[in-house]
Amino acid sequence: MSSSETATDTDTDAATAEAPLRDEGREATLAQVTEVFGDAIVGSHIRPGDDLWIRVVRDSWVDVHEFASRRLGCTYFSFLSGLDWLPSPFGRDMDSQEDIITQGTEAKELPPMTTGYAGGDTRFQVFSRLNSTSEAFGITFKTDLPDDDLSVRTLVPVFLGAAWHEREAREMFGFTFVGHPYPVNLYLPGAFEGHPLRKDFPLLSRRVKPWPGIVDVEPMPGDDSADGDGDAE
Amino acid sequence: MTATVPDNQQLAYVAAKAADARVNVEFESEGMTLNIGPQHPATHGTLRIVAKLDGEQVVSCEPIPGYMHRGYEKLTEVRTYPQVTTLVNRLDWVGSFANEVPFILAAEKLMDVEAPPRAQHIRTILFEMSRLANIVLFLGDLGAQMGGVTAVFYGFRDREFVLNQIEAVTGGRFHPNFDRIGGIKDDLPKGWIAETKVAMDKVLAFCDQIEDLLIGNEIFQMRARGVGVIPADIALSYGLSGANLRASGVDWDTRRDNCAPGLVYDKVDWKVITHPDGDSFARCWVRLQEVRESAKICQQLLDTIPAGPIMAKVPRIIKVPEGEAYVETENPLGVMGYYVVSKGELTPFRVKIRTPSFNNISVVPWVAKGVYVPDVITILASLYFILGDIDK
Repeated sequence: MSSSETATDTDTDAATAEAPLRDEGREATLAQVTEVFGDAIVGSHIRPGDDLWIRVVRDSWVDVHEFASRRLGCTYFSFLSGLDWLPSPFGRDMDSQEDIITQGTEAKELPPMTTGYAGGDTRFQVFSRLNSTSEAFGITFKTDLPDDDLSVRTLVPVFLGAAWHEREAREMFGFTFVGHPYPVNLYLPGAFEGHPLRKDFPLLSRRVKPWPGIVDVEPMPGDDSADGDGDAE
Repeated sequence: MTATVPDNQQLAYVAAKAADARVNVEFESEGMTLNIGPQHPATHGTLRIVAKLDGEQVVSCEPIPGYMHRGYEKLTEVRTYPQVTTLVNRLDWVGSFANEVPFILAAEKLMDVEAPPRAQHIRTILFEMSRLANIVLFLGDLGAQMGGVTAVFYGFRDREFVLNQIEAVTGGRFHPNFDRIGGIKDDLPKGWIAETKVAMDKVLAFCDQIEDLLIGNEIFQMRARGVGVIPADIALSYGLSGANLRASGVDWDTRRDNCAPGLVYDKVDWKVITHPDGDSFARCWVRLQEVRESAKICQQLLDTIPAGPIMAKVPRIIKVPEGEAYVETENPLGVMGYYVVSKGELTPFRVKIRTPSFNNISVVPWVAKGVYVPDVITILASLYFILGDIDK
């Protein structure tokens, strides 16, 4: 990315033209990554003027971070965590009442599993975010973990700060970070069983008793028409 | 930029593992293991630190968080979007309004809603005032950590001026829960702007006082200068943020560099403070100067609040369209971000909370290696963490 060129363009053009310009910058960044990694980039998503998502194959996970750190100027490690795309079978247990209140229908059936930006083929994803402190943009990297082998190489050799984030993702999702220097629980007690942030881990307090705040979504009298329905706009 | 795990990091992990024996003080042939916390005045909260000592020197040091983990990331999945602000208020509990803002901004980004200018102004003012409430307390508390109790009373006294103003608008001193998707809950009360200007003057006077009393104090400087030096590449690699990063000479502030839409930092004249040293003193000094800048931002914004509505038109029942958004803001403790994944439901599908203290404290094993025991306390104090912000 040539920052000087972008800067002069922004100065001369009207401020309204900024969004497509930033988009070009992100496209250039994506092209740079694609040029080096080729087929290892399995998905990407750009929201113009806002953000960039890149999904890589698992084997390139560490390499793409090293590349971003050394060649793209993304030296700032922001966070790493996991995503479980399984539609929650437990989380809406008592909250299904919401459906009855807002739509007057029975509780919904579970929707099919869908994934977010940059796609995904499996249930679990690891994602991380790097920032460039000099050019003020960020990239979200994602990678799929196959269901039978929830492991990925550790990022600690590239970013020291990944150590704690990987320990958290390890205990919360049950991932394995191969080569992690100290793979023990960070928050949870050592003997804790289960992985709380997985969608099939029940939130027990919520199964016993519905959240009292549920009345918040009850339609108010006289508020019945357009505004009462959540997706009126 | 280092590309491999340094020996000291490895050692820190190995030693902390060996030390995890659930005894307070344990004598061993090669040294002593000292447990600081989970209940200890120097940890302000329930952070446990296992330090392995060789005489007075720390061989390795590992913080053990989790004594107050509340599972907010899981809880957000069963709360509606407006209900989430109540939860996230409890992350950094001394500057709580600032916790709500990035989440609301992420939801606004997904819904493609923008708050009216007046709401954006008031939101930015309250955001900066929670920074004042937070850092003024830090500067006072710093005195206690360094062995001088007087500053604590000054900090608590002058923080009240800010809290009173926040309370006058939001009704809450600690947990305002005031930010809404598409605007703010209420307008300003009568006479608030003039009163707040007086409070800002008091905060600036406090800065002068604390600079004379504490930052300029010879004993403080002896204890803080050259202690706990974090070079810029290590700070970036660990993802330190806020004053900790800028004290290492990295000129990056999300308020200036990629200000999230919905806050109006581009409309005021202020500057980002950096310091080249990277030691405990630099971190404290940068925070003190940031309080001054923050008060300046508030003063300017108070003069230019536009008239108009305080809420954009949003549906009463908020459903957020499908998508993903990440918004980060420069909170009192550092960069706080929310990665929100929506499936078009009433509740978020997943919220990853990126808290500043989590990254800031993860550097402790690196920075505390080889220092003397009393310096561990000053380093922790200067890194400045709020336990709720680590434990989520």
